[in-house]
Parts: sequence; C-alpha cells; structure tokens
Amino acid sequence: MAKNHRVIELDEVVVKFAGDSGDGMQLTGTQFSDTSAFIGNDLSTFPDYPSEIRAPQGTIAGVSGFQVHIGHKEITTPGDQADVLVAMNPAALKANMKWVKDGATIIIDIDNFDNKHYKKAGFEEDPLHDNSLDGYNVVKAPISELSKNVAMSSGLDAKTADKTKNQFVAGLLYWLFNRDIKIGEDFLKSKFKSKPDLVKANIAVLREGYNYAETIEALSTTFHVDPVKDKKGLFRNITGNQATAWGLLAAAEKAGLEVFLGSYPITPATEILQEIARHKHLGAVSFQAEDEIAGISSAIGASFAGRLACTTTSGPGLALKGEAIGLAVITELPLVIVNVQRGGPSTGLPTKTEQGDLLQALYGRNGESPCIVIAASTPADCFNYAYEAAKLSLEHMTPVILLTDGYLANGSELWKIPQMKEMPEIKPPKVADNTPDYYPYQRDPEKLNRFWAIPGQPGLRHRVGGLEKSDVTGEVSHDPMNHQVMVGLRQKKVEKVVDYIPKQRIEGQEDADLLVVGWGGTYGALISAVTDLQQEGRSIALAHFNYLNPLPENTGEVLKNHKKILVCELNMGQFASYLRSKYPEFEYLQFNKIQGLPLFISELKVKFYEILNSIK
Amino acid sequence: MINNFEPVQVATKEDFKLGGPVKWCAGCGGHAVLSTIMNVLPETGVPKENVVFVSGIGCSSRFPYYINTYGFHSMHGRANAIASGIKAANPDLSVWIVTGDGDSMAIGGNHFIHIIRRNIDVNILLFNNKIYGLTKGQYSPTTPRGSVTKTSPDGTIENAFKPGELTMGAQGTFFARTVDSDPKMMREVFKAASDHKGTSVVEILLNCVIFANQVHKDITGKEVRQDNQIYLEHGKPMIFGKERNRGLMWKGNQMEVVTIGENGVTEQDLIVHNAFDPDDVNHYRLVRMELPHYPVAMGVIRSVEENTYETDLHNQVKHARETSKIKSMDDLLMSGNVFESK
Repeated sequence: MAKNHRVIELDEVVVKFAGDSGDGMQLTGTQFSDTSAFIGNDLSTFPDYPSEIRAPQGTIAGVSGFQVHIGHKEITTPGDQADVLVAMNPAALKANMKWVKDGATIIIDIDNFDNKHYKKAGFEEDPLHDNSLDGYNVVKAPISELSKNVAMSSGLDAKTADKTKNQFVAGLLYWLFNRDIKIGEDFLKSKFKSKPDLVKANIAVLREGYNYAETIEALSTTFHVDPVKDKKGLFRNITGNQATAWGLLAAAEKAGLEVFLGSYPITPATEILQEIARHKHLGAVSFQAEDEIAGISSAIGASFAGRLACTTTSGPGLALKGEAIGLAVITELPLVIVNVQRGGPSTGLPTKTEQGDLLQALYGRNGESPCIVIAASTPADCFNYAYEAAKLSLEHMTPVILLTDGYLANGSELWKIPQMKEMPEIKPPKVADNTPDYYPYQRDPEKLNRFWAIPGQPGLRHRVGGLEKSDVTGEVSHDPMNHQVMVGLRQKKVEKVVDYIPKQRIEGQEDADLLVVGWGGTYGALISAVTDLQQEGRSIALAHFNYLNPLPENTGEVLKNHKKILVCELNMGQFASYLRSKYPEFEYLQFNKIQGLPLFISELKVKFYEILNSIK
Repeated sequence: MINNFEPVQVATKEDFKLGGPVKWCAGCGGHAVLSTIMNVLPETGVPKENVVFVSGIGCSSRFPYYINTYGFHSMHGRANAIASGIKAANPDLSVWIVTGDGDSMAIGGNHFIHIIRRNIDVNILLFNNKIYGLTKGQYSPTTPRGSVTKTSPDGTIENAFKPGELTMGAQGTFFARTVDSDPKMMREVFKAASDHKGTSVVEILLNCVIFANQVHKDITGKEVRQDNQIYLEHGKPMIFGKERNRGLMWKGNQMEVVTIGENGVTEQDLIVHNAFDPDDVNHYRLVRMELPHYPVAMGVIRSVEENTYETDLHNQVKHARETSKIKSMDDLLMSGNVFESK
C-alpha cells in the first residue's frame, strides 16, 4: 500500500454520479449497484435524468444523475443526500450541491473545471476557490485526460476514448469502497461482449482509476459496507417498470393466458412496453399503437378475444384513455391499466415523480364508472401489484388501474426472486363451449362477475358494447329501471372485491398517538422516517395503503384510536380528501409536496416531531 | 387439386339471423348490406363461431346487434383499433368492421389509416352516406364542398375526403367500391374482400333516407347508373354504359372516356383493369374519377398480396418460442444477473 490507509466500516452509504447526459453516469451507477448486490449489500437506486436527450453539454439542463444507496442494513430509499458525489463538470456540481451531506467526499473531473465550463454552468465565481466547498473532502482528479491517454494507448480513437471516463470513475469507487475490481471487469466483459477492443480499453481505464485512487492522499480513507445479514436467498436488482412487466407476464402464465400489451410510448412508462416486447418467447404480444386511445382500444379487443390485456401509460395518457376505460367497465371485460404517474398537469414534468393522478384514476370518467384501483409501493413490489392487478381484473371481470410513479418506475432495489409455485392461483371465469342457455350478463352470485366467453368458442356467440345492456340477456336496453340495476351491479361488483383483498396493515402500535398515512410510491421514505422515530420511543405508526378502491375493509378501524392522523402525499391532498369522503368522522392533517421529487426522510421527521410535540 | 374445392359450407344464412328488430329507418341502405352479408358469410367457409363483427358509433355501427355472430359495438371512431387487437390476439378469427364516414373518416381517421398501413387482415365495410345520421344531419368529412347541412347553413367550406385516396395513401392492399342498391355487386365485392388477406376496405355508397336522401342519385339512379358507373373486374377491359359501348382509354398518361366505334376506337383499345398491380398509381386515378367527366369506379379497384401484420407477428412469436432458452416465467426470473446471499 502506497500510503497510510484507513478503512471505515459503514452501515450505509449514498453515492451520486452526475455528469452530462452523454458521460455514461447511468452505466457507472448500474455497474456500482450490481457490484454491491454481488457482494451482498442491500440497495436502492434512482436515476435522475433531464427530459432532453442531449441538452447542450456542460449546462445544468444537461445534467444526468444516478443515485445509489447501499447498505449493510435494510435499505428502503435511494437516500435523501449523498455521502459521495461524483461531478464530471461544474454544472453537475452546481445542480447537486444541495443534495450532498456536510463533509461528503466530492470527486470532480478537474479537466472540466475551467472558465468556459463555469460560464456554461452559470457560476459567477470559481467554486474551487470561493470557499463554497469548505468542509467537504474534494478529490480533484484529471479524469478526462488520464482516461483518454490510457484508452488511446489501448487502441481507441480519440472520440471513443473520451467515452471511457466513466470507467475511471468506477475505478476510483472500487478503491474507495474496497471492492474487488474483477467484478467491474466482468461487468464490462458482459456489457461489451461482442467488442473486445472496447472491453480491453475500458478495463485499462478502470484499472487506471483504481491505481490513481491508491496513490492520492485525499482518498487515504476508504469505506467498507458489509453484506446484509438477514437477507438470504437469490436476489436480483430490478426497476419498477421491469417488475411491472414481469408481474404481468407471471400473472398470464399462472392464468393459462398470454399477455397482450397495447400501448403508446410515454415517459416514464415506456420501459414496460419495451420489456414486454422482448418476451415473445413467453407468448406475449406487444402492439405499439398509433396513439393512447388505440393502445387501450386494441387491448380491449384483445381482452374480448381472450388475452390478458394490458395498457401502460402516464397521466396525460390516462386522460386520453378515459372513455375506453368506461367501455371496459360497461362491457365488463378484464383489463389492466398501468399509470406510471409523473408531474402534471398537461405535459408537466415528464421525467419527475408525482402522485397527482389518484382522483383521475378513481373518478376520471364519464358516468358511474367504478374501477378497482391499486398502487405499488416499492420498485420490486410493482411485480406483486401488477400480478394482483391482473388477478383481480381477470377474476372479477372488470378493469383495474395500477398506479406506480416515475420514482418507482426508474428506481431499483434488490428483490428476492419468487418462485412461480408460490404465487397465488388465478382463475378467470371462463365458459365451457356450447354451454346451454349462456347469456353474456349472467353473474357469479358471490363476486357478481359475468363470465368470459371468447370468440372462436362454439355455442356462445354474443354481443357486447358501450350501450347499456339488459341484466342477464345483454340485449340493448334503455329501460330506466334496468339502468339503475346495471349501474348498481357494476358498483357492487367492485365493492365486493373487498372480500378478496388483505386487511390494511398498521406498522407500529394500533393506538399510536400519530398515525402516518401514505399510499403508493412513498413507502420507502415513510417507513424509514416512522421507524427512526419509533426507535426513539415516539408514539407513531404507519398505515400505508396499496388498495385504494375498494379500501380495505378494516380501514375505519385502522384510522381509529389515534390523537392525530397525518396523510403524506406527493400532491395537494388527493388521498386525504378521498379519506374525508369515505371516513368523515376523522380529522386529517396533511403533508403535501409537489416538486417532482420524492419525499425525503429528513423533511418527514421534522413534520412528525412538530405534530408529536404538539400532542399534549 | 385442393384449390378447386369449394369451401365447405359450415353455416347457412339462417345461422346468422338474430330474430330481433333491426332498428334502421325504412329505406336505409343498411338493410341491404345486412342481408347481403348474411348471404356472403356462408360462402366464406369460416365457422360461424369464428366470425366477429366490430363497430364504432353511428347508424352503421348498430350492425353487430343485428347479426348472430360474436359482436362488439365499441366507441366512436375506435372500431379499427379494437379490431386490430382482436385480430392480433387471435389470427384465426374472421374480423369484420362496420363503420361510417363520420366514424372512420373524422373521429377515427387515425385508426383507419394505421390499420391499413399495418395490413391487418380485416374487412372494413365503410357506410358512406356523406352525412352524420345518428346526430341528425351535420356534415361529415365526405360531404361534398358547398353542401347545406344543419352545421353548414351557408354551405360547407371544407374539402371532402375520398376514402379510396386515404386507403392508397396509407399503402392499402385492397379497396373496393359498391352501392347499397345493387345486391349482386355487393355480394361479389364482399366475397372478394373476405378472400383478400390483408386490410380490405369496401366503400359502400349508402343512402340516408332522412338526412341525405338521394345523395348518391347521380351515381345510383336507375336511369343513370349504367352510364355513370363503371364496374371494374380484374383482367377485363374498362367498359361501361347502357349500350356497353363506352370505355376508358389511355391518352398520354391520362385516362379518357371514349366511345367504341367513334374515331376508330375498338374494345381492344380500352385499358384492361389490373387490380393486382403493386403500383397504385392507376388505382389512385380510378378512385378519384368523378362525374361528370368520368363514370364513378365500382368493384375491386385494388387487391394486392402483401404480408399481414398478424402473420408476421405470430411468426415472430413462434420463432422466439423455438429459439429462446427461456421457456417459462421461472426461467426468466433466474436469467441474467442473479445474486446469491448466503
């Protein structure tokens, strides 16, 4: 060892990689995450990318980031603030300074810290000499130059050599976290499988970064994060969008069906369409439609024809699909609608997260048009809730809206791989060929679902459509009393789902002074903040909802017996107002944030203390 | 020779009758189309449970309620998109779309061009009465410019779409035109549409007795129809007229109406219709022909074989199933980067 080397054991650490959109920060972040998973850390990641593809180099608008939180303990969020920031240029530094902890290690590519870049980033003073970085451990590494030299001497041309600098960064990080560099080399071998010249050059740069770190004084203290103790078994790192796609595929297999996904590309939902498109080998068919309406319409057609039909979208697309969701409601066909929420209204903040579509999902259609609405709460449990959405939709013969969000969709976490034999059965209410006296609107007496007769089946020809139908027979009907009956049946059918979903859990004491209420993608931050306060002995509990319509049967019980209820959401209070309409007997305080950002543990704790301290 | 077999008749007209009331106006062209379809379906050889009728919204789109098949009366403009999903989900089904000039040319214009572009094997029956009937008499995208309707009291100031032009523009493989008053022609055209593998568009010039009565009279009127229509048949000369003595002939690169026996013109000089020509330039010319300079073209104007969407799709699925090592969800779950924590 070339210098006096000290290793600090950490329970958890947050690293943020930031650079120009083209700097390869997403790749380095993924490589670092995979390496951490490989050695047994728990982890959570979140990419933070602009809505422009390649905004002007060196500007704040062009900064792309990737945050990874790894731990020896269980990790539930990508972390509020970073312990280590990699900033490839001044803009990346400027955009991320407020997301860095005091005393953090900041690794900068000194080659890009010049007056030209300061101007592009909007710095008036040289940030390296105006004392603004006092208190941080700043590592000024000539990343661009050293990478380029090594890569070019490995035979790459200047332009390609320039793209290897992310591996220099990776090398630094492998040193800083005492990681086996061979894992990084294997990652590159598999990444550039068919391009041996790239493998060779990137490995050389990776080693250069590692060796450089070894020699410099600013990195004489390194960190070690032990594997998680109580997480045993087989794991993979999975994003919310991938987990959603896999949940649908899994549900189809269990139900003996094949997936049909009719969809139109929209940020941040597109990866689900891309993922399903890769799995024709499981019989899945994806149909990239001409617009959002055709996406859902094709899915409704496929549902009529007997597929597990799905459509995926984000807020503006859900608005466009409203009429068609109503058609699925009145034709009582199974359909999964995934809405990966983003900042709104209109185009809003397409790459940022929000929970602004709850009321749209619950009510955003003409007429009495009830849908089952559920929400996933972590990237990995998108698998379970996509599976559940498909199960409920198929077994109850009605559309289900699954709400995820940009934070879950693009974020990833370590996921214990399930086995299909452990997954619950899915039994669509199909009809046997030539069943005598089949009528399309006959119903199961318990669930009230109608039965699914599929074109091609002999003896079951029938017609469905958007006009109101007679109870049982399915003839077109304008009869006033029949309409009342049918609206009631469709409503009742959705309400009855309550008998087939789990009770609402409460994490903590059932009579805690403060009940924190959340739903969907905010789970990680809420459970972390609540657990922290519980460990300090405060009387606080969390009720985090995944089933939104219908609400779990014991919701009233859960809300009882607390001095205060605080509903935390990334919107202006949609779930709070929904609870007020369903359970008006309680008073609901609100914590609302609408910045395109996830909830932070720190800000939640401030709010929780404030309320707890006010309780006499 | 297997090709010489007549399709096995697996259904009769009676099989497709529903028995309930047909709620179109007396004199509506829809009745004739419905009756003709019931005659044609048994001739297609498709088992009755494999036939699906899909419609949008409008007078035309009540069709599925009047015929005993699987049926889906959907949303305004969306029949083509719903049918795309049905056919992609199950290519064995024989899918018919019944739509109108409002449904497919206005609100559903996007889906109309895209189903054609994809060449999904469905049959589109486009009821063109050049008016909004079910909303009671507003102009549609096919209403002739200048027409006075409830929403154009001073005459429309919009150009009219020709469905045939849109079909060609979307790289359509089949376009035919027929009229509601000629059951024989409809039967031939519907059968040809059914036989065609790919998106078949059939424009039916249809009379709305209430809001656009006699809108097609210059084409379909008893006195004028033979002189004002030309029925095109592949491989036959383009000949028409009461006396069967008029025809179309090339003059430079333009088609010109000529009379056999005048100026030395003989039947041999007439253009022979080639519906199978992959180049659609002449088909374009034919769909654009308008009175009074030309007769209006009827019959199968274009019929070209190309790959269909659903065949290519399911070939990809088959290939993927055969070649992928991942045969089940469990295989997928264990594929790629899996980390074991002991």
